[in-house]
Amino acid sequence: MYSQGLIGADGATEEDEAFLQAFQKRIDAELKIEPNDPMPEGYRKTLVRQMSQHAHSEIIGMQPEGNWITRAPTLRRKAALLAKIQDEGGHGLYLYSASETLGVSREELTDQLLSGAAKYSSIFNYPALTWADIGAIGWLVDGAAIMNQIALCRCSYGPYARAMIRICKEESFHQRQGYEIMIALCNGSDEQKELAQDALNRFWWPSLMMFGPSEGDSVHSSQSMAWKIKRFSNDDLRDKFINATVPQAEYLGLSVPDPDLRWNEQTKSYDHGDIDWEEFWRVVKGDGPCNRERMKNRRRVHREGAWVREAALAHAQKREERKQTSRMAAE
Amino acid sequence: MTEVTTPLWEVFIRARNGLSHKHAGSIHAADSEMALQAARDVYTRRGEGQSVWVVRSSDIVASDPVDKDMMFEPTATKIYRHPTFYEIPDEVGNM
Ligand SMILES: [Fe+2]
Ligand SMILES: [Fe+2]
Repeated sequence: MYSQGLIGADGATEEDEAFLQAFQKRIDAELKIEPNDPMPEGYRKTLVRQMSQHAHSEIIGMQPEGNWITRAPTLRRKAALLAKIQDEGGHGLYLYSASETLGVSREELTDQLLSGAAKYSSIFNYPALTWADIGAIGWLVDGAAIMNQIALCRCSYGPYARAMIRICKEESFHQRQGYEIMIALCNGSDEQKELAQDALNRFWWPSLMMFGPSEGDSVHSSQSMAWKIKRFSNDDLRDKFINATVPQAEYLGLSVPDPDLRWNEQTKSYDHGDIDWEEFWRVVKGDGPCNRERMKNRRRVHREGAWVREAALAHAQKREERKQTSRMAAE
Repeated sequence: MTEVTTPLWEVFIRARNGLSHKHAGSIHAADSEMALQAARDVYTRRGEGQSVWVVRSSDIVASDPVDKDMMFEPTATKIYRHPTFYEIPDEVGNM
């Protein structure tokens, strides 16, 4: 999975100048910040927001692919897809526990997701309609996520950087299994190749949106950069992704659905057409094709799991009490 | 929503015999048995470990970063604790 340029960051902070300068000096010296270190409130808040959005994205991101587990075309594909989705669940858990080091509880984070107060990556509000979409998701969506996450491995907050390193190690299989699906389809019948092209057509633009809007001269973004929470602008990461991905599409014999896409000899980079940011905001705000379904599923699963959590806690408590009684009897 | 929170556990993994257990991250679980199972699922999906420890996070006693200088600074000035502090003539060879 899957991180996205942070949605709605607020790095506002109120510490005095001397404190902020001392903090900035540590950051500039590339010293990592660890959980109990003094840190500006704005730094803490920005991280909680970004890391939990990232965690929520991993969890919600299991849904579009989960939809295809029972319909995977072979046992090999099914085993790979299951393993990938399990990884995404794991990524969510690494990121939740990294967020918790900043003083929020898992329950609070879960509530924020379920109540709709927290955001997650817009990409997961698009449906996976065909098997080719599973290929496109691994190739493009995990590919875009990897671009973002590699940059985050050097984030100034230690627990986030460590979680990212772990996640990046696991992501590369995700992208490769997706691309392999695309290769198989593109070497198949005309109909299979059409499926692959159709999946690329639908996932190309939403994948570019995963990096978030251009920041221009956004104050929040430059604060995140100064604090080394992020290291590259959304546009830089997006360009990197496009430059890496276009040749991969060419290898497949597929065409990228952007008539304005052109290699620019001067910048040594692709120029691309305009991204529909209205669509992006519509989807972020809840009106994408699957927002309601994703949230409905998440809430239902949480509700249906409530008795399991309660029973586990009751069981643990009972065993603890028994242990104490027998200890007392022995004394 | 559940009212009681599920306890937090820190996970330590020994990658292979001969190495010490290293902190891998944390997980939530109701009891030690489930904590071990969750730790295995979350942190050892690719043969990362031969052995797992889980410890209730609330049982860990940690030094306060505020005391960092008082705790650790004195060792920085005691350079005579390092072998390079002592001069041994080249003729003597490796020591
Ligand atoms: Fe992931
Ligand atoms: Fe992934």
